[in-house]
Amino acid sequence: MNYALICGAEIHVELATKSKMFCGCKNDPFHAEKPNIYTCPVCLGLPGALPVPNKKAIEDCILIGLALGCTIAKVSKFDRKHYFYPDLPKGYQISQYDQPFCVGGQVETSFGPVQITRVHLEEDTAKLHHETLSVGAESARAVSLIDFNRSSVPLVEIVTEPDIHSAEQAKEFLKKVRDIIRGLGVSDCDMEKGTMRLEANISLAPVGEDPGVPPSLPPYKVEVKNINSFRFFAHALEYEKVRQGEILDKGETPLQQTLGWREAEGKTVVQRTKEGSADYRYFPDPDIPPIVISRQWVADIAKRLPELQSTKIDSLISMGIVESAAKIIVNNQVMMDYLEHVKILNPKYIQSAAKDMVNKKIDYKKLTPTDYIKNIESKNSEKITDPAVLTPLITKILQSNPQETPLNFLIGQLMKATSGKADPQVASKLITDLIN
Amino acid sequence: MAKTKQIITTNDVQHVAQLANLPLDPAKIPLYQKQLEDSLEYVRIVQTLDLDNVEETVQISGLTNVWREDVVDPSRTFTQEQALANAPSSLNGFFMVNGIMKE
Amino acid sequence: MIEKSIIELHELIKSGLLKPETLIDEVYENIAKYNDKYNAYITIRDKKDVLADLAMASDKKTSLLYGIPYSMKDAYLTKDVRTTAASAILEDFIPPYSATVYKKLQSAGALLIGKANLDAWGHGASTENNDFGPTKNPWDDSRVAGGSSGGSAAAIASSMCKFSIGEDTGGSIRNPSAWTNTTGLKVTYGRVSRYGAIAYASSFDTIGPMGGSAQDLAIILETIAGVDPYDATSSPEPVPNYLQGQTLKVGNLTIGMPKEMYSHGLDPEIKSSIEEATVEFKKIGVKVVDVSLPIAEIALAAYYLIAPSESSSNLARYDGMRYGKGRELFTTENIRRIMIGTYALSSGYYDAYYRKAQKVRTLLIQKYEDAFKKCDVLLMPVNPGMPPKFGQLVNDPIQNMLADIYTTSINQVGVPSLALPAGFSKSGLPIGMQLVGQKFAESTILNLGHKYQSVTHWHTRKPKL
Repeated sequence: MNYALICGAEIHVELATKSKMFCGCKNDPFHAEKPNIYTCPVCLGLPGALPVPNKKAIEDCILIGLALGCTIAKVSKFDRKHYFYPDLPKGYQISQYDQPFCVGGQVETSFGPVQITRVHLEEDTAKLHHETLSVGAESARAVSLIDFNRSSVPLVEIVTEPDIHSAEQAKEFLKKVRDIIRGLGVSDCDMEKGTMRLEANISLAPVGEDPGVPPSLPPYKVEVKNINSFRFFAHALEYEKVRQGEILDKGETPLQQTLGWREAEGKTVVQRTKEGSADYRYFPDPDIPPIVISRQWVADIAKRLPELQSTKIDSLISMGIVESAAKIIVNNQVMMDYLEHVKILNPKYIQSAAKDMVNKKIDYKKLTPTDYIKNIESKNSEKITDPAVLTPLITKILQSNPQETPLNFLIGQLMKATSGKADPQVASKLITDLIN
Repeated sequence: MAKTKQIITTNDVQHVAQLANLPLDPAKIPLYQKQLEDSLEYVRIVQTLDLDNVEETVQISGLTNVWREDVVDPSRTFTQEQALANAPSSLNGFFMVNGIMKE
Repeated sequence: MIEKSIIELHELIKSGLLKPETLIDEVYENIAKYNDKYNAYITIRDKKDVLADLAMASDKKTSLLYGIPYSMKDAYLTKDVRTTAASAILEDFIPPYSATVYKKLQSAGALLIGKANLDAWGHGASTENNDFGPTKNPWDDSRVAGGSSGGSAAAIASSMCKFSIGEDTGGSIRNPSAWTNTTGLKVTYGRVSRYGAIAYASSFDTIGPMGGSAQDLAIILETIAGVDPYDATSSPEPVPNYLQGQTLKVGNLTIGMPKEMYSHGLDPEIKSSIEEATVEFKKIGVKVVDVSLPIAEIALAAYYLIAPSESSSNLARYDGMRYGKGRELFTTENIRRIMIGTYALSSGYYDAYYRKAQKVRTLLIQKYEDAFKKCDVLLMPVNPGMPPKFGQLVNDPIQNMLADIYTTSINQVGVPSLALPAGFSKSGLPIGMQLVGQKFAESTILNLGHKYQSVTHWHTRKPKL
């Protein structure tokens, strides 16, 4: 039987704000030298603590929504999502339920569009790791160790419709989303650091006789977690396609469950869900007043959206930069900033700066735009342009050379006589005048 | 609208206790069963009201758009010692609890 | 000395006629005499720590609260001073930070004597539902002091402190105030920062002063009110000079009496005391009219859906991993409320219970707005009856809930209310009444209360201890 892969993705992105989502603790869990050094009453869930939302995190979430083509809500709020786990200090996570900041976007891929269901904002959990302590000679004790440096760091959740139909499409889509978000400067989207995390919802639908009719949504979906890279995502998809296909071939329905991907073994395994029965008992968080989002505020946030690549390349070309160089520069923010600086100082040097950077004639990381321009100008200013100096030399050269000698040769002679310092344009004019 | 009394079973009590992470003394389950039933009976009047055209009041403060700027506030940040000061059990700067089954 | 008003004490301290140490000694003597019996305090600070605070406050001598000894309901985090919420779960908890309200009182030079007893986590109306023993009513030690801020009220009534900071979610300041002949203020929601207050029901909780008179409360409120960047629900509404507000005339005000609240279910002695109070109000030029507020039963039902729901959520953090002990230490009443709250929020029931109750809230707001079209201030009873004997309320959850019948709607609507003494029963038990204002009208109700206390003396009576 032929099956169509019906897959949706859930992407979590840790925002690189300076402070946490609901308190002023430093947001830097990955580089923290020790555990539990960036905590306060709020992110530790102490009695009496209250959350106050981080405005920049809200704006970054809206920005991501805009970049993914979403509609931004007019009114939004935070809700409490309840479950018990040691990494969740309040026994609930402050998240968003039915009024998220962004809904309904779309990301194009070469395999077709992937629609974005919603983009919302929530707080991250603490970090848990497990160890076994030896207790005496014979026995060991399993313990879990908790670090709250990451607790309440802002997290954006992106949920897609089940529009991913192949492993290749998945990889292209995930890369594109990652590049878009990195381009916004709101997160480094690093799978290894955990600032970007993936989950997949996978099911199969039988492909009908008529290729024009899309397969209907299957009556189940399997959630796959513990996917630590885009490659693993693709592997998990391919594995599930086979596993679920075999079950469906037998006329059975795959169990609706949560699985974990095991890359080393190349398979998914049943995973204990930490939320248990997953009745989250959502209700609006009474500690946080609702957020009213004006059109003006959205417009201001939208100003941070980067130009599209093609627009950027066109604009460099219009400044006189060749296309091949423009394509390199556009992907290098340091070069872009450098050119911008040169443009402000003296736009006539943009082309040469672009050429010199791309051809590695200058070390643009060490040489400031100001010094770059100074160097060129002093080289130029070293050029001899004074006719009083050049004319005697030219006269001598003209006397030593037959009349038909080409102009360029004569200029070359003058250059030799002045150790290359004669200004070529001035030389050319003077020589021409003197001949005539 | 619920016309009959809401019956609470032992299963209901256990389910709710599990959701609420409450270790229950099995001997008290009948007591909680009765109390839950009585309480629900008492508040049932709410269910009988026709409130389809009424909006919920979710925020009594009347405020909107209350937030903080993205600034690190060291005045509230605990040292590691302070953070762990009331912890029943800790190890090498981590809070420690009995092993949770690995995911 | 401790019977004098805060202004009188301030003048005496300022002029050097009274040393703060004397006042502290008097309070500690009373504690030694009475606390074992009435059990108002869970934690009493070492006198030397209080004296150290006094020394540190030497630059605060111009503050009206300088040197004034007070207590706080043990639901407020006080750094380095044990805070328990009257529960065994937190019996060893030493907070690493302080509530905003505590910091403000420290800045005003007031002296914290200790943490007062309560119904654990705010769950109760009698200060019996806890792990530190019940608080006895100084007017009759076979009866409850009320709750959940019962310890605060009892401490004031028995002169073990000058004032206290209580907490009112469904009547928890007003109920014990009325049953102990003290004055207590439930503020407008958001008037005082909740940062550092152990949460009961987040959309109802208010922090408020309790003491000997409306004038004392005005002074305290000026110190503790105001917006707080650590509490997103705290109001930016400017804080008026409440003390000065008590010098304004009241002849242009109208008091409304909701007739539904004066019918069956109310102890006749309470009814007649409040009727006598209206005579006093009329004498000072205030008009008194009848209004309608047909809400008591639905308000109570909605309250007992929303409050336990929010409480079950707020108590989820007590898992014994980062602080405190395990959840098996919740009392039976705590467990009942957590369970009903969890049930009301659970899948399949949320719409029928929690969400519906939030709609009832809208109705209540409308009904109060209608009533306030006819008057400036509402005059209502606080409790339906006299303070019960021990065991009556705590063992009967429904009776326990009914004790709140006149107080809970006010929390749901978010308006302020001043509970003040209105007389005594024939058997000598205190009777209280409440003046309910519109949002942020604390000035009006404090003024009316002060005017009433200027022409009556109920509030100056002290129990025979």
